[in-house]
Amino acid sequence: MEGPRPTAVAEPVLSVSGLAKRYGEREALRDVSFDVGPGELVAVVGPNGAGKTTLLSIIAGAQSASAGSVSGPAVAAGAGQIGWAPQQPALYSKLTVRENLRLFARLEEVADADAAVAQMLEQTGLGERADERVQSLSGGNRQRVNVALGLLADPHVLALDEPSSALDPGQRARLWQFVGALAAHGTSVLFSTHHLGEVRRYATRAIVLADGELLFDGAPAALVARGGATDDDFEGAFVAFLGARGH
Amino acid sequence: MKALLLKDLLILRRSRLLVGVLVVYPIAIALLIGLAISRAPGKPKVAIVDETPPGQTVQVGSERVPVSRYAEQLFDQVQSVKVPTRSKAFGDVKSGKVLAAVVIPANVAARVGSGLKQAQLEVLYNGNALEQSLVQSQVEAALAQANIGFSEQIQRAASQAIGALLSGRNLGVLGAPDLIGLGQIPGELHGIVARMAPGGDRAALERVESFARFASQNLNLAKNVLSTIGQPIRVKTTLISGRRTPLNTFAVVVAVSVSLMFVCVLLASGGVALEREEHTLARLVRGLVSHSALLAEKALLAAGCSLVLALAMLAGIAAFVALDWSRFGLWLAALALGAAGFAALGVAIGALAREVRAASLLAFLLSLPLAFLALVPSGAVGGGVYDAIGVVSFAFPFKAALQALDAAVNGASPSIGLPLVHLAVLTLVFGALARAGLRQAD
Repeated sequence: MEGPRPTAVAEPVLSVSGLAKRYGEREALRDVSFDVGPGELVAVVGPNGAGKTTLLSIIAGAQSASAGSVSGPAVAAGAGQIGWAPQQPALYSKLTVRENLRLFARLEEVADADAAVAQMLEQTGLGERADERVQSLSGGNRQRVNVALGLLADPHVLALDEPSSALDPGQRARLWQFVGALAAHGTSVLFSTHHLGEVRRYATRAIVLADGELLFDGAPAALVARGGATDDDFEGAFVAFLGARGH
Repeated sequence: MKALLLKDLLILRRSRLLVGVLVVYPIAIALLIGLAISRAPGKPKVAIVDETPPGQTVQVGSERVPVSRYAEQLFDQVQSVKVPTRSKAFGDVKSGKVLAAVVIPANVAARVGSGLKQAQLEVLYNGNALEQSLVQSQVEAALAQANIGFSEQIQRAASQAIGALLSGRNLGVLGAPDLIGLGQIPGELHGIVARMAPGGDRAALERVESFARFASQNLNLAKNVLSTIGQPIRVKTTLISGRRTPLNTFAVVVAVSVSLMFVCVLLASGGVALEREEHTLARLVRGLVSHSALLAEKALLAAGCSLVLALAMLAGIAAFVALDWSRFGLWLAALALGAAGFAALGVAIGALAREVRAASLLAFLLSLPLAFLALVPSGAVGGGVYDAIGVVSFAFPFKAALQALDAAVNGASPSIGLPLVHLAVLTLVFGALARAGLRQAD
């Protein structure tokens, strides 16, 4: 099997080295290594059960690794410097949008919590719904609050686990516009997704995982080339790439 | 931790049903317990049909005991309703106006006076099996009391008759000599015999003197025996060890302990499980809050709420039952340690369960038998089972909390120190289990 070709990053903000995670006998991640540079938009893709959520959870500090390490300036700066939006919105449904943001701003010891909350409300376009309880929001708006919580401490690295899964096309477009702006300002973004069009359109780099193993690390265009497909059939190329490697 | 505590208080405040239950529950329980304890069980309402002719008496020797005394004894034991006829009493029992009816037949005096046949009363009951059982035991107890009272009067009359036989009596007729008593005859005879010449009638009189002495001594004994017939065995109670807790204040302690446990365990387990259900646990423990701090916050909130509730209950019950407020410091210590133990158990349950409903169900299913087991008395089950119950009760905080609160409120044994230490140890053990359970979930 052809091994991954790690992308060389001059000054990584995050380095993942030899990462492994076992749940009993099952290996969710096996010897995963890569670096992330400033302002990169890295897509983590793979079939269900590939280890995407586990990888992002370990990077975010929500889970511990069985072996290997996550290092770099973002990790050294503390938990708040790696923002995290888990796959399931992690919000208190009986609190309002503003109360959720303020609570986590305080827990992350953001210097000016109220200012950070106001900024997040403005950036996510949730200002008008700030005083509504989360339980009354749509799935899309919950996801926006979920992402906003990850951004409260103005992190160097943002880990988004399937951020667009509950969004309609319009909301998805606004989300990527927002994420693209963050990356343009130097925030490194890792995101997992099953929408391969998003990878082609927004990611500067793609990491392919299958059965916990890193199979590819490079530009989306390179993955298309490796899959032997035309440029406009990223999904076909991805499926062919995995198929060629027994997945 | 302060931010989390404020957040949980806010969530609690917005859970209107839960807050409603937390406010209403102690008030309702305090009222129920208070009213149940402060009002002594009422006398059963019983219809009494007295068919005996007015002024009828039972003849005992020369004494006469009025039959109406028996009815009076019975009236004292029940809330009596005089009814003229048996058929009216039957109707009243059937309609539920009275719980039962007692019919005193006309021949009761003749039967008691005959000394051959027992007098017989008729009792009418109605209602379901439980009511019948309750009323029957109350009426039978009342009849037993009345029987004892009446038999004491008959004994007194019989005793007076025997006394007159032994001591003699003045007939109250001017100029008539006093009747000699049996007890005086041996002395009188002895004097006469001493003055007689030996032989002849003297020997016969000596035999009569012996008989009179024998009869006098045995009648005297019979008089004493009479007092033991009515109530052959009396009970004398001796408390070997420990201080007696009045049943009503023990009921208060049980009610407060059970409430403390339910509220505390449910809140603590629900609080931890809610973090899982809302998927916020992973966000919190990724460096924002430690596992221990998170569990401590949930335990603190649950313990604080249940402590306030328990104190409110005690204050409410104190309106009905006299509680010693000078022991308030001990109450507080017992409730605080009890709440800590229950909170630790609650967070351990919450760490195992993945959602609030499962945590609540688990907490309820565990708490209910714990309360029952801790109240099982030693003689109620076999030795092996009781030992097993003892082990289970020792491993969970309810029994220790009950003992601590009983000692604090009633000064019962064992003294408060041991249960408090037990509760502190259980708090640490369940806290450690909760922490391990939460980490395992990562």
